[in-house]
Amino acid sequence: MIRDKACIVGIGETAVCRKPGSGLGEMALQLKAALAAIDDAGLKAGQIDGIIPFPNLGKAEAFAANLGCADLRFAVMLNMGGASPVAALRVAAMAVVTGAADHVLVPAGWNGFSGVRVRETAANDAESIPGAAIARDYYMPFGLNAPPQWYALMARRHMHEYGTRAEHLGAVALAMRKHAQLNPAALMHGKPLTMEAYLASPMITDPYRLLDCCLETDGAAAYVVTSVERARDLGKTPIYIMGAASGQPYPADEIMNRPEFHRIGLTTAAPEAFAMAGVRPQDADFAQIYDCFTFEVIQQIEEAGFCARGEGGAFVENGGIELGGRLPVNTHGGLLSQGHLLGFGHVVEAVRQLRGEAGARQIKDAEIGVVTGWGDFGDGSIAILRR
Amino acid sequence: MQANPKPLPVLAGLAGEYYEWCRRGELRFQRCRHCGGFRHVPREICAGCGSFDWDWVKSGGRGTVYTWTVVARALHPGFAGDEPYAPAVIEMEEGVRVLSQVRDCPPEQLRVGMPVRVEFVAVNEQVTLPYFCRA
Repeated sequence: MIRDKACIVGIGETAVCRKPGSGLGEMALQLKAALAAIDDAGLKAGQIDGIIPFPNLGKAEAFAANLGCADLRFAVMLNMGGASPVAALRVAAMAVVTGAADHVLVPAGWNGFSGVRVRETAANDAESIPGAAIARDYYMPFGLNAPPQWYALMARRHMHEYGTRAEHLGAVALAMRKHAQLNPAALMHGKPLTMEAYLASPMITDPYRLLDCCLETDGAAAYVVTSVERARDLGKTPIYIMGAASGQPYPADEIMNRPEFHRIGLTTAAPEAFAMAGVRPQDADFAQIYDCFTFEVIQQIEEAGFCARGEGGAFVENGGIELGGRLPVNTHGGLLSQGHLLGFGHVVEAVRQLRGEAGARQIKDAEIGVVTGWGDFGDGSIAILRR
Repeated sequence: MQANPKPLPVLAGLAGEYYEWCRRGELRFQRCRHCGGFRHVPREICAGCGSFDWDWVKSGGRGTVYTWTVVARALHPGFAGDEPYAPAVIEMEEGVRVLSQVRDCPPEQLRVGMPVRVEFVAVNEQVTLPYFCRA
């Protein structure tokens, strides 16, 4: 049981940018964010003895060597794509609660704009996806080559079964964009969006338009987890991990033959996490939901239990997920309007909200927040945090 | 050879067997000898009963459209210029689902439940892909 026994004590984030690029290599970029998170925690880099790197973006040994972590005792990698950052929250908590490590660093970052573009990774590197050989042999020859195309199949079926409409997807895009106007660090700060402009944006893979897709971004972020006892001796307000869980769709490596087509990793992870935390979805003051594409926000809102399956479209309408709405979602602007920090931006923003450091977008008296991750063919992770 | 060829399956193991049947003009799915369950994509054992015994059973080749996406901008260079095209999930009468395309149907006319049947397209001497057409 890890409930309330581990805390996020440090967060770090580089600038998010597109042109001309970060100007750093991907390891250097991540080290910059890692040092910021370690400093934010009031620690020295040498005190980090656990590292959970993001899949394919660097090895724990390399982080330890660069940072001067002479006593690396705990290193694992979670192969869940964009679900990894939040899945790592649980594993980091398990590590510090059991004594496997004292201070766990979880970094990630990439040159997703100036380096290899995100949209090309699945097409060029079949090894980067979980059902790699399955996609190679049964999807890619038919022109299903990249994440928006995989997920569009799910979105289209949801529209058929539940009447979800383009305007529902647009409501997600608009909410993220609205929040980005309150975040000077967001790529889409100063660029507000209307439903007309959303609907007029070019189709990429129906039902996904350009503005349903997240931003390819250069940037990095990191966080540090330690035990409650150690957290109390550090400077910043510790943010408690009340509950955390991960899950997989079935089968996780193949999308088409799922007995329950809309069941994703979060479907089983969310009830587990809420039960661990001892709270209900409606107790959350906000949710930072992994928004690789707009429909995934609707689907995760449903599967996390914020509403019933099929009701997500209505849930996000009329400002439902905007600040001041029933559940503010992605108050930083998310992958769609802040930038694609691999889901770490969601963890960082959750911590800022709970610390009361969110500036113009601060939710008054935010006490409990939810953060989710989504990756690969629908892997899911969730954490429930409190101050 | 095209500058940007389309990706092709690797003809090894169970995928090799599946596509070899396609090359011979037959769509076949694995059926468990123990519990009788069909499965796709091909797997080593039956997830329902654990049996290692199965046969490649010929499909009736008929199914219906389950879902699809219309690709307006190719995300693989091999498909640039093919847009719009629509990867579609076909639910077969045997119960399994196959990712393919309904080649004789304009993307805007696709509907959930639309009846389709398999047709084979030889890409080269080794690879034949199972596509679908309106039934």
